[in-house]
Amino acid sequence: MTGDLVIIAFRAIFIENLALNFLLGVCTYIAVSQRVATALGLGMAVTVVQTITVPVNNLIYRNLLEPEALRWAGVVGLDLSFLRFITFIGVIAAGVQILELTLDRYFPRLQHSLGVYLPLLTVNCAILGGSLFMVQRDYSFSESVAYGFGSGAGWALAIVLFATIRERIDESEVPEGLRGLGLAFVVTGILALGFAGLRGLEF
Amino acid sequence: MIQRLIATSRNTLLAPLLDNNPITLQVLGLCSALAVTSSLRPAIFMSVAVISVLVFANVTVSLLRHVIPQSIRLIIEVTLIASAVIVVDEVLKAFVPDVAAILSVFVGLIITNCIVLARVESFAMHHGVWASLLDALGNGLGYAWILLLVGAIRELLGAGSLLGQEILPLAESGGWFEPNQLMLLTPSAFFLLALLVWTIRSLRPVQRSQSDQIRSDNPPSGAAP
Repeated sequence: MTGDLVIIAFRAIFIENLALNFLLGVCTYIAVSQRVATALGLGMAVTVVQTITVPVNNLIYRNLLEPEALRWAGVVGLDLSFLRFITFIGVIAAGVQILELTLDRYFPRLQHSLGVYLPLLTVNCAILGGSLFMVQRDYSFSESVAYGFGSGAGWALAIVLFATIRERIDESEVPEGLRGLGLAFVVTGILALGFAGLRGLEF
Repeated sequence: MIQRLIATSRNTLLAPLLDNNPITLQVLGLCSALAVTSSLRPAIFMSVAVISVLVFANVTVSLLRHVIPQSIRLIIEVTLIASAVIVVDEVLKAFVPDVAAILSVFVGLIITNCIVLARVESFAMHHGVWASLLDALGNGLGYAWILLLVGAIRELLGAGSLLGQEILPLAESGGWFEPNQLMLLTPSAFFLLALLVWTIRSLRPVQRSQSDQIRSDNPPSGAAP
């Protein structure tokens, strides 16, 4: 049982990496990767938000939205699963707000360095994507905790790796038109190739 | 007067196609641009879906812009966008289930597509309905042509076909074309976009200086989400 959870987390970090395999959260990934320190902070924030929101959304989906989920309340034949988009985004927005207040109270320095990026996690596709994949793959509650953590940590790993490379290539001589965004895409493509090599792993 | 109106309208509609493209310049909405383009058909449906959501969200927000309280405007905007996405998702599931299966979670992710929120927040909140409609169409088309181009190249080189029709005769069935499997994998989308950005910035050197914004510490106003 515990082994299964470790495998789910491992798959989410390396094999099905949200940023490099499903290309989720790439906007933030490109925009906030000039400094390794900021990238690390943002990666941690994503991991925390993801580890909280995926299990919470799992509970809500299982007990309220799923087809026949309201059977416990005596309601039969009701399928509210189409409401999942609005519900999930609401939970995520609230989660991000709470995290922001907590950081502001206890870790003001981290809060300051994350600055404007924290509220933007609400519209980070990686966060919503994590919850939607959870529904699609029919994870149980404990599996969704493992998946939430793994997918967040995988995203953090990708952005930190990318920021590290990017600090280096900032100085290099490249064709004018490729500088900046173009080169960022090329580097991400090569990173994604590396991660694609792990896809052969089977458990 | 009328001529000026026509000129601004045309500018609102056409500028996002190349000069202010949401993907290659503003760096918005990349996720879906890269993820659904392994062949042309899902790319077409994704483009249509995004354009519909964008038009709906921009027009409704523009209509409601004097009524929405500043403090809770983000929540209202996201709720409007999410409602539009739910409708689009149900329509896709009902009429083209095979495409809905390929797009899977990416339809839902239109909610967090930064293009939609950025246009709603930076344009529709301050402009009239007509201008917002044109802006939505322009940005939607600017997003769509890149999606379609990348989708077409990936399907053509990766499977030798377009929309499932064989264009290049495959080697395994007696033709000459050996499909490049890499094109069907995600990294190729990054490489193609890089080439596209390179081409556009070589044609439009103005955009180069703006690319420095992305590298600086302060996030460019449009590119952050």
